[in-house]
Amino acid sequence: MQILRSVLSRLVSTAVTLVGVAVIVFVVIRIVPGDPIAMMLPPGATAEDIARLTALYGLDKSIPEQFLIWAGGVIQGDFGVSITARRPVLDLVLGRLPATLELAIMALVIAVILGGAAAMVATRLRGTRVEAGIDVANGVALSVPDFLWALILILLFGVTWPIFHISGRVTPSLDLPFVTNFYLFESVVRLRFDLWADMVSHMLMPALALAIPLAAIIAQVLKQSLKETMHLDYVTLARTKGYGETRVIAGEALPNAVLPTLTLIGVQFTFLIGGTVIIERLFSYEGLGNMAIDAVINRDLPLIQGIVILFAVIFTVLNLLVDLTYALLNPRLRHG
Amino acid sequence: MADGRSRVRRRAGVRLWLSGGWLVVLVLAAVFAPLLSPHSPLEQDLFLGRMPPFWVDGAEPGYYLGTDSLGRDVLARILYGARVALIVALVAGTLTGLIGSTLGLLAGYLRGWVDVVISRLIDIWMAFPPVLFSILLIAVMGPGLVSIIIAIVVIDWTRFARVVRAEAMAQGAMDYPASAQVAGRTRLSTMVVEILPNVLPTIVVLLTLEMGIAVIVEAILSFVNLSISTDDPTWGGMISEGRASIHQAWWVMVLPLIALFLTVLSFSQFGEGLKDRFDPVLR
Repeated sequence: MQILRSVLSRLVSTAVTLVGVAVIVFVVIRIVPGDPIAMMLPPGATAEDIARLTALYGLDKSIPEQFLIWAGGVIQGDFGVSITARRPVLDLVLGRLPATLELAIMALVIAVILGGAAAMVATRLRGTRVEAGIDVANGVALSVPDFLWALILILLFGVTWPIFHISGRVTPSLDLPFVTNFYLFESVVRLRFDLWADMVSHMLMPALALAIPLAAIIAQVLKQSLKETMHLDYVTLARTKGYGETRVIAGEALPNAVLPTLTLIGVQFTFLIGGTVIIERLFSYEGLGNMAIDAVINRDLPLIQGIVILFAVIFTVLNLLVDLTYALLNPRLRHG
Repeated sequence: MADGRSRVRRRAGVRLWLSGGWLVVLVLAAVFAPLLSPHSPLEQDLFLGRMPPFWVDGAEPGYYLGTDSLGRDVLARILYGARVALIVALVAGTLTGLIGSTLGLLAGYLRGWVDVVISRLIDIWMAFPPVLFSILLIAVMGPGLVSIIIAIVVIDWTRFARVVRAEAMAQGAMDYPASAQVAGRTRLSTMVVEILPNVLPTIVVLLTLEMGIAVIVEAILSFVNLSISTDDPTWGGMISEGRASIHQAWWVMVLPLIALFLTVLSFSQFGEGLKDRFDPVLR
């Protein structure tokens, strides 16, 4: 009962948050100077042409009226039509979402591997110079945001040693047999490992830039909770049974130390997704973030709205899932 | 444990000195930029385009860090760019801290409907992708230093509000604020005189971290060409221009990138060092 009630109240508050986001975006982008309609017409357009198109996009009405019309459409799954692409916003946004999700998930996987490995190695070699070195590297990785890591990676692996691609999602001349926009996933399903390798080579640098700060956070928190777990009685017991130190850490301490890290990863993953906006721009990666910046530059109001709402939905749903998982995994909350 | 504690303190000390040292150098460089740089950051000389820095063959005397494609002095542009970065860090950081901490303090100590409203706002704000939000705000307000500062304050106040709210809540639950009220203090004066001093160390740490974030946001915005006018030197703008000519003149991108990296790292390490210093367990 308890859990059901808290789920319901979380759902309601998520809905309120989303409405709040919608209202704020709607108002903010409507005070943008620069007339999107005038921008899409050729210079010779008459005043009547402009007025006609303005009315077509509903931009001649008052802001509250526009909001109600827009919200009414959204409820029916209609997010309006992009002014620059002249296609439904929902199609455009959903077409780009897979690219961003694949990048974000790849970054998450890299962060978990790097961060987890750093924490385990530091715990295994605690008190040595290796641990001190990992701590320092962690501090630097944590202090410098993804934007700077991206520039450094571009310099190192795009310019100095041009090993990886630093622009785009896939080599444009390649023939793509895909029916979905989850290219990376589909290339595996179709056993087209040539395409898979090409895409990984494009995605590795942006994904790594997104992953480095998160890896550092994971390493820090996991190392701390491993340290605490290593002092518990059952770990000592495992040791007296003659288990090797590596097995004690990986097999005994890790499963118990992992819960705080899991909830942390959930929350931090939303920050990582927020970071894709500028990282996609830097690597000319054709995802949502890159489209969003273009939409702002072109004053494509319906498209901006759609993208911001989609980001907000992703963030709030992720946070909701984190809270629910935490409630399910934590017995004190489950029975509270 | 005493041994481990002193090691942590020593490491925090080194961190504070190194990062603080770089920040002091940067402030001095920014203040004395006109004295330090022999050239104006805006002066173009197309005959002296893409001259390398002094340690590379073919350098032009007087242009210590070389020139960009328009023949502008890279050293002068980095120094004047430091002014922009530091102004944004100080002004935007302080304003964000003031507004965010005030809201956090009110929500955490007064609770009730004030807390409901502020917490709800924080939830909504956390659902925005911050970089996109800042680009959107600059598009609305138009490029410029003031717009950048406003955008940072509007977006980042939640960083302070969230943490300060939690701290104020914890402090408010202790005995001493209640005794202060029994002794005749009003709620607001208790908040300012009793609670605020105890939350202040946290605010100072957050403020240092926020300054580093402000520097990065300014760099990101000038990188996507939404900061101040393209002529005025900013590190982000230099990096963006330098990227276009990276194969001909690496120094135009690499040198401001190093300055940006060290500055962001220093603000963050200074904040972390202060955190260790303030931590009562370590003290």
